[in-house]
Amino acid sequence: MAATTVSPVKDREDILIEEQGFDDHFHDHHHGDRFQSNFIMKYVFSMDHKIIAKQFLITGMFWGIIGAAMSVIFRLQLGFPEESLTWLKPLLGQWIVVNDAGVGSLAPEFYYALVTMHGTILVFFVLTAGLSGTFSNLLIPLQVGARDMASPMLNMLSYWFFFLSGAVMFASLFLSTGPFAGGWTAYPPLSELPQASSGSAAGMTMWTVSLVLFVVSVLLGGINYVTTVLNLRTKGMTMWRLPLTIWAFFVTAIIGILSFPVLASAFFLVMCDRGLGTSFFLSEIFIGGQALDNVGGSPILYQHLFWFLGHPEVYIIILPAMGLVSEVLSVHARKPIFGYKAMVYSILAIAFLAFIVWAHHMFMSGVNPFIANFFVLFTLIIAVPSAVKVFNWITTVYRGNIRFNAASMFAIGFVSMFISGGLTGIFLGNSAIDIQLHDTYFVVAHFHIVMGVAAFFGMFAGIYHWFPKMYGRFMNETIGKIHFWGTFVGAYAIFWPMHYLGLAGVPRRYYSFELFDAFAHFDNMNKFITVAAILVFLVQVLFVVNFFYSIFKGKLVTTKNPWGATTIEWTTPINPGHGNWPGKIPTVHRWAYDYGKDGKEFVSQIEPLAVGEVSDGEGAHH
Amino acid sequence: MLAVTENTTNRSKIDSKKLALLIGCASIVMMFAGLTSAYIVRRAGGNWLEFRLPNIFFINSIVMLLSSVAIHSAYIFFKKGNEFLYKGLLVLSFILGLTFVILQYQGWLDLTAIGVELTGNPAGSFIYVISGIHAAHVLGGLAAILVAMIQAFSLKYKVTKKRKLRFELTLIYWHFVDFLWIYLLVFFLSQQ
Repeated sequence: MAATTVSPVKDREDILIEEQGFDDHFHDHHHGDRFQSNFIMKYVFSMDHKIIAKQFLITGMFWGIIGAAMSVIFRLQLGFPEESLTWLKPLLGQWIVVNDAGVGSLAPEFYYALVTMHGTILVFFVLTAGLSGTFSNLLIPLQVGARDMASPMLNMLSYWFFFLSGAVMFASLFLSTGPFAGGWTAYPPLSELPQASSGSAAGMTMWTVSLVLFVVSVLLGGINYVTTVLNLRTKGMTMWRLPLTIWAFFVTAIIGILSFPVLASAFFLVMCDRGLGTSFFLSEIFIGGQALDNVGGSPILYQHLFWFLGHPEVYIIILPAMGLVSEVLSVHARKPIFGYKAMVYSILAIAFLAFIVWAHHMFMSGVNPFIANFFVLFTLIIAVPSAVKVFNWITTVYRGNIRFNAASMFAIGFVSMFISGGLTGIFLGNSAIDIQLHDTYFVVAHFHIVMGVAAFFGMFAGIYHWFPKMYGRFMNETIGKIHFWGTFVGAYAIFWPMHYLGLAGVPRRYYSFELFDAFAHFDNMNKFITVAAILVFLVQVLFVVNFFYSIFKGKLVTTKNPWGATTIEWTTPINPGHGNWPGKIPTVHRWAYDYGKDGKEFVSQIEPLAVGEVSDGEGAHH
Repeated sequence: MLAVTENTTNRSKIDSKKLALLIGCASIVMMFAGLTSAYIVRRAGGNWLEFRLPNIFFINSIVMLLSSVAIHSAYIFFKKGNEFLYKGLLVLSFILGLTFVILQYQGWLDLTAIGVELTGNPAGSFIYVISGIHAAHVLGGLAAILVAMIQAFSLKYKVTKKRKLRFELTLIYWHFVDFLWIYLLVFFLSQQ
């Protein structure tokens, strides 16, 4: 227990844990410390959830930088097609094509590869693994009062499958034929016919392998999260006393367990089509002057299977961010979360609706208009639980005693992004309006704001808030605030103009608009977006520097509960060792949101109820 | 097997490993739900080859059911203390499970013989791929039974909580792949 720091003077939390806590004799007989016996076991193949959380976070950040840098490169080509990109030749080699005039530009096929990789990396590696992998691992055991995950072994495997998945994807970037370039959705036939584009050959093979490994990682993680939440809650931690973070991670894991296997089956069928010559998704195709043998397949079928995951996937991304934001807003507004139960029910409602709206991605794929009505209806109904959450966040901060720090500002920024992006969802969810907006920059603007930038804001709020728990130090606040304002203003500067592009019909994924006179007057807007994207990227570099600098040099945390929060992760030592609590596990007596109650600023969850006091927010029985 | 956090605050009735296994089974169910709904959607699209499922798939279902019965009986005898029947039935369930996989392969050969090939009309491809993915899950179960057999014969016979739990995990998974096959068979028949 080398890393454990126990405050010399016992504070009230320690006394409460000692008196009221639950003694599981963990440290008497636990063999867990052998997991930490040497460097490899402690930091590489670690089975400690806190280390695994950091592994997910840092790997996610690595991928975040790569994915963001890719977007900067393709934005340069799009915004400034006349400028020479030859300076990128040392990095991109053959993918920079130099014309007779000596102007180097991005090879069109590599532009598509970058767009595809940007989507894949951000959706799966950063906003799924990096977000829910990090915070589910860090917070589930700490906030439910468990020594670790239900199966630390599966947890470790979950990370290493993710790592392996990333390694395969990373290697595919260096193929001479390039990585997969058919869009992150990998629609057939582009994803199935090696002759369709250069990235569709080895690039796509590696893409599929990588994503199957990724599905394994998500499933192992998810099974663990659900089991831990259901089985390892400490004494007194009823489901209705769980912080909203845990509710969000719990439901996210369930969505993942139910939807990712369907994606896996779609990929298996793709593999069969590619490797065994079946025709699940291919039909009567004439390519490169020759007719293929394939008969009777349906590319639309792939879209159904893909979006059956693909749509829940956006909630897999946004729900953890919502959970983090709920917690951060409540703590830093010094107020109970408004409508705790409504928040839980709206998470459940969103999770349910997530499974019956997938075809709204396919309005233009020839779906029967009558069936489309069904999907329009349920899509628009998602606005209801989403609005419940938004109103509850606003009422939570309303007249709160708000501490404006990097964590709470990103949480407030999340609400702003979620509203802006959510409203455009109402346009796109309508199948008639979608005829005009489908596959335009309006869609790009919508999903980047509502589940890209918003999810990042939730993640940043979480990182700034829980960094003290992860590393025993604070991140630099000034740089944090610069990071916030740069990202907040910059993200709107990037994506707001895209709505106008989209309304005018500018299609997404196009390499060049040179031949489209109708879009010529958008040249300057595209330049503006590119410049904003570069600035936002630089601001993220600032964040990364702040993150790593603060790990070693940040201001030290001197008290166990620096934010004055009620949840029980703040009752562990400043640098919790294996098993999280040095002695007994705390017993929980109340819900997670007793702020400003009975004249006290906050009341920890481990504080027993006073005589005659009722715990708020637990509904039915009082 | 897997290191599981010892948490005696666990007051719930179901063991964490069992719960994790059941959740894992739920994800496998979703995978086959995805495949079979793809089958339905594709079939509704027309241009669909109609054929009769070879008889061997029915015989095979009986083999799989018998294997399930065998392992369940082995479990009962394991608890009752009848070492001979416990080990014998465990081996029998393994042999029957292996027979199932071999007969599935024979079933695929029979399909090819009547002109339903892996490539070609997706009606046939679906049968091969779905039953193939199922067979892969059966192989996973056979690996678990193999481990159970090695333990049964190498360790001194003793009913401990840990060994009972291990047996139950194998049992649950084996019943699950059995159930899954019956579901698939009924599904294929209902679609004919």
